[in-house]
Amino acid sequence: MKVNEEALLEAVADNSRRQVLDLLLAHGAVTPTALAAELPFSRQAVAKHLAVLDRAGLVEGTRQGREVRYSVRPEHLDVAVRAMAKVAARWDARLDAIKRMAEASAEARRKRRTPS
Amino acid sequence: MIEAPIDDVWRVLTEPEHIQRWFARECELDSQKGRLTFESGRTFYLHIVAFEPPHRFAYRWLHEQGTEARPDNSMLVEFSLRPEGGSTLLRVVESGFEHVDWSDGAKSEYFDDHSRGWHTLIDRLREYAKR
Repeated sequence: MKVNEEALLEAVADNSRRQVLDLLLAHGAVTPTALAAELPFSRQAVAKHLAVLDRAGLVEGTRQGREVRYSVRPEHLDVAVRAMAKVAARWDARLDAIKRMAEASAEARRKRRTPS
Repeated sequence: MIEAPIDDVWRVLTEPEHIQRWFARECELDSQKGRLTFESGRTFYLHIVAFEPPHRFAYRWLHEQGTEARPDNSMLVEFSLRPEGGSTLLRVVESGFEHVDWSDGAKSEYFDDHSRGWHTLIDRLREYAKR
């Protein structure tokens, strides 16, 4: 599975979504209505949060009769955990790029000022 | 440590033409807000928290579009720049992921309340995945 890191970050950046995920981890498969009963926000808000978590690959919905039950996707969690841990490491590469660019631009200016 | 004056580092950090080379595919930015589009095609909006050339640049992002960025619904990214002789010390903190300049080697530390939910979550997911 290919994890979209931005989608994953977006999914867990929000405290309410972390609460939803927490409940799913604790309860297993649950309907949005049951989740809303335990949370200080509406069923609509729960549904919206579930959609974002779904997009990030963290949860999935299974239709059972008239209702949809949501649960975490254990097969994706390991990948997700690793992707989250990678976020920190990603800054190393970005900082490296910033360093190279700033130094190249300072160097270019130095050369312009003192033509050899 | 970056071997360049602080103004050069500031420009690389905050000018869209540079940001497109180290961060996102497309970028728009002013002192209040910004927009980043990544290779994946996803677009995210930035709420600029601090724009104090050339020492401090901070933004919140990953909040839902159309909502206000708050500590409980977004990630905070903070850049601090400090001149050292003709060079610059750059530090970035993203919601508790701390990265210090190269003089100390790249290291990350976890701290502050805001990040606790995040790390607790990673721990919990990891635990769950082990079951």
